[in-house]
Amino acid sequence: MIEPRRLAGIAAGKVAGAAAQALPALRRRPQRKAAPIVPPQNVAGSALILVIAIMTFLSCLTLGAVTLVRDTASAWQTQIAREATIQIKPQDGLDMEAALETARQVAAGFSGVRGATVVDRAATQRLLEPWLGAGFDIDGLPVPRLVIVTIDPAGPPDFAAMRETLAVAVPQAILDDHRTWVDRLVAMANTTVTIGVSVLALMLAATVLAIVFATRGAMAGNGHIIEVLHFVGAEARFIAGEFRRHFLFTGMKGAAAGGLAAVVVFAAFSWWSSRNLATPQADQATALFGNFAIGPAGYAGVVLIVVVVGALTAATSHLTVVSYLGDIDTTRREG
Amino acid sequence: MIRFENVGLRYGMGPEILRDISFHLPERSFQFLSGPSGAGKTTLLRLLFLSLKPTRGLITVFGKDRSRITPRDLPLMRRKIGVVFQDFRLLDHMTTYDNVALPLRVRGREEASYRADVIELLKWVGLGERMHVLPPVLSGGEKQRAAIARALIEQPRILLADEPTGNVDPPLARRLLRLFIELNRLGTAVMIATHDLGLMEQVDARRMVLSGGRLEIHD
Repeated sequence: MIEPRRLAGIAAGKVAGAAAQALPALRRRPQRKAAPIVPPQNVAGSALILVIAIMTFLSCLTLGAVTLVRDTASAWQTQIAREATIQIKPQDGLDMEAALETARQVAAGFSGVRGATVVDRAATQRLLEPWLGAGFDIDGLPVPRLVIVTIDPAGPPDFAAMRETLAVAVPQAILDDHRTWVDRLVAMANTTVTIGVSVLALMLAATVLAIVFATRGAMAGNGHIIEVLHFVGAEARFIAGEFRRHFLFTGMKGAAAGGLAAVVVFAAFSWWSSRNLATPQADQATALFGNFAIGPAGYAGVVLIVVVVGALTAATSHLTVVSYLGDIDTTRREG
Repeated sequence: MIRFENVGLRYGMGPEILRDISFHLPERSFQFLSGPSGAGKTTLLRLLFLSLKPTRGLITVFGKDRSRITPRDLPLMRRKIGVVFQDFRLLDHMTTYDNVALPLRVRGREEASYRADVIELLKWVGLGERMHVLPPVLSGGEKQRAAIARALIEQPRILLADEPTGNVDPPLARRLLRLFIELNRLGTAVMIATHDLGLMEQVDARRMVLSGGRLEIHD
């Protein structure tokens, strides 16, 4: 702003005459967009976006893998804990069909049991066909018979009481509540999830460090801008705000690209597994990992990582500016 | 306006760069600051510009004790002090116009409120035709004038110029000097740090000579 007194002095000169002529034309121009205070892009900025995109992609993949393993382990546990089996071994003089029915009734009588079904002769024969071949005589072999007890996972029955009652009603019956299997699976699933979470923690730590150093690297080329802004009277929060906004945008751009790539990978795996449901190669993967879907929690995690990476980039640039400003006015010698 | 009393400064644990510096810069005054290279001219300018704190002595700037000026107060104080750096410090990604308007922009002012003033000032320093050009395209003299315009846009009470004629030929140096004299005539105090004797001989002004960390004043 030039005060009127000064303008009057300037207007006396020849230059001001030209300015007076030029001004109306310049004023008629549409509002031009001022150049951004922080330059939009440079080599360091592009490298930062790439580093952020790669680290976010790897973090999202790790998170997705951990989510997948955790969900699958949980599904295994639930499926096994949902059933128990009563096995009755054949014995001389035992009426197998009556014993099966008695055992079924005993089991069905307990609260926490949703249903009990006898595996009939035909079904038993089908179960054994892979080992004994088709058309074998089931009556000619001492084949144990089964009663499948479906359990309410939320309120399972008292297995000890059921075992005692069965021992009295059908002495040949053995109740298997799959506890040993469930315990092993729980231990295995917990170990797998713990390893996954540890890998995720390491991955996130590496991401944080890579982003912090890459942001500081990109900021190093902007020191002169911070200095100029500082010396023309900009407040520290204005300077920090300009850089924070710029690097938040940069960080979000890279993180969104990495997160999107990870989502595409998961969507592609999910699509592949659903397209190959009945094929032998997919059966193995499906048996282990379900349909490869990471679910809403996985997608929410990807979004969270993208937001955190963007915020981290912005926070790093903010701290770098604040530290740089502190340095300008204290220690540096210029000559 | 600005007063130094027995000011001393050292960087870290090093030797004292400035010793027992005492002077007063009155309003509307014009002075040269000279001395051999490495004598501490830039350091003294940094003290005047509040970019450094003295290790001893008292500095009073616009009636305020330097030691009581907080970092929060600094931007407001700096707006009263215009600085022209030896290396210009123009931002290469901004046009001449944007560079000159920067001090007003960082204060959050709308462009419409200062556009005419910036254009007027650019015309005054002879850069009317170069306002939409990026600094890398400007000549040394043009960069210097853009830096001067940026220092003046907020109507500072004092202008500090560090070797403003160091990178220009003698005719342009004389032209820049006339610009500073005109500015001083209009009410702004001016201090020019230079070791160009020819330049100093053109104006009958106070000379402050730094040598061995001490200051001699020739009124």
